[in-house]
Amino acid sequence: MNNSTASRWGLRTLGLGYLALLLLAPLVLIFFKTFEDGLAPPIDAITSPDGLHALKLTLLMVAVSVPINTIFGVGCALLLVRHRWKGNPVIDAIINLPFAISPIVIGLSLFLLYGTDGWFGPTLADAGIKILFSVPGMILASIFVSLPFVVRETVPVLQEIGTDQEQAATTLGANARQTFLRITLPAIRWGVAYGVVLTTARVLGEFGAVTIVSGSINGQTQTLPLFVEKQYANFNQAGAYGASLVLALLALATLLAMNLLKRKEA
Amino acid sequence: MRLPGVGAGLGRGLVGLYLSVIVLLPLAAVVNQSMEGGLGAFWDAVTSPQAVASLKLTVICSLIVVVINAIFGTIIAWILVRDNFPGKAAVNAVIDLPFALPTIVASLTLLALYGSDSPFGVDIAFTRAAVVVALLFVTLPFVVRAVQPLLLEMDREMEAAAASLGAGGFTIFRRIIFPNLLPGLAAGVALAFARALGEYGSVLLFAGGLPDTQVSSVFIRSQIESGNDLGASAVSVVLLVASLVLLASVTLIQRWGSRHERSSGGGLTAMPISGDVLTEDKPKERDDE
Repeated sequence: MNNSTASRWGLRTLGLGYLALLLLAPLVLIFFKTFEDGLAPPIDAITSPDGLHALKLTLLMVAVSVPINTIFGVGCALLLVRHRWKGNPVIDAIINLPFAISPIVIGLSLFLLYGTDGWFGPTLADAGIKILFSVPGMILASIFVSLPFVVRETVPVLQEIGTDQEQAATTLGANARQTFLRITLPAIRWGVAYGVVLTTARVLGEFGAVTIVSGSINGQTQTLPLFVEKQYANFNQAGAYGASLVLALLALATLLAMNLLKRKEA
Repeated sequence: MRLPGVGAGLGRGLVGLYLSVIVLLPLAAVVNQSMEGGLGAFWDAVTSPQAVASLKLTVICSLIVVVINAIFGTIIAWILVRDNFPGKAAVNAVIDLPFALPTIVASLTLLALYGSDSPFGVDIAFTRAAVVVALLFVTLPFVVRAVQPLLLEMDREMEAAAASLGAGGFTIFRRIIFPNLLPGLAAGVALAFARALGEYGSVLLFAGGLPDTQVSSVFIRSQIESGNDLGASAVSVVLLVASLVLLASVTLIQRWGSRHERSSGGGLTAMPISGDVLTEDKPKERDDE
């Protein structure tokens, strides 16, 4: 065995060993732990009223946050790429903020803004609108944390496709709406789809920000990740792992979608 | 697609409004709350022993984590690009798992794996080592995904030339490969550091909130629960400033990394969230101006 083969095997072992211990082992363990005491306990936990409610609420978060951030993301990406403006770098920087800010700080920020002493809290309370410890606050938190993904994935694709085809369409008499629907949107669709997948994954799994604004009330303001924590805190391992398994399967589906879309994009 | 003149202005207005309501106003509320009692109260809150201990722990653990990430992230990117082994595509796909798996699930399984019931007999739950391992898990993809495209693009003739001139493997890595990877590595490290500083969910169950293992986000949570909004906000502002500095450094690193291709990307940032950071394609034609 010569020197370079030895170093190749060395690096391979190091890298793959690290991944096995840090990524693969936890993933495999979820399956084992969930069915440690048979099929019934985890299934009972997920199909309990609280479990089903958590699942439904999680899907509601996705159903509201993802379309909003997708429409915003595509529109914002078009503005940033196609309309040069001196304020663009500022918008670009603000969009990246949710990547770098702690979810707990995001939760706190909404808690303060919509709390009883907050800038918006009293006015909204007078109008009978409840944001904190209810679904609207949780949706705001989900939107905040998942805001950058569609923009970040759409911008490079828009830059890459250029404007030749769009200009041709305009020259041939297409209006802005036609050009967008027939030329731009088909060209960027995989990039947008990739952003949508990342947004969905983030909303499904968001814990820190949502935990602060929701209060995690059983059967009311509890998403699946919050359900996991509550079950664990109540020493119901089967419930915690059952819900974790559902989330892990959703994560695997996300990974699969990401890889399919990456191939489409390439 | 271009919006007509008025459309662009309206669009900017809407984007500005959206970003203000969703992002800026809430953050302003945190800064405002932290200054409620003036600078003195802010300073007292940030320098309280508990706050200092949490910040110190967070920064030290995050530094350890990014160093390990830099080394293993580069190794993993390397074997994914330069090596060939069965199952490579699957390994490449699983790298993004920490981005897809909810953090609370990660925390629960890490606890099962490296807690008192550990199948490996390694029990580090509720220690500082657990904080490090949890952060390693959630930040794993950043460096890999930032370095990988640079390795893919790298011109291998340079290495061949160096080898033909008698350079050994280590010299080639140090003099040729490493300098080329540095912009990606630096951007990946900065983003991983930002993520590590603010991480909450993955640390929660595995490391807990013991006095010894209380990272800043867990500390902030405990302050909110005990009704100390000022204490929570003050430490949040410290984290917020750190995030801003790290994001700004990512932008600067990217400019530096693409200094040979001036004006590329129109000053927009790319993030290694999907494996194509720093490979911004030059826009073909700009129809503005």
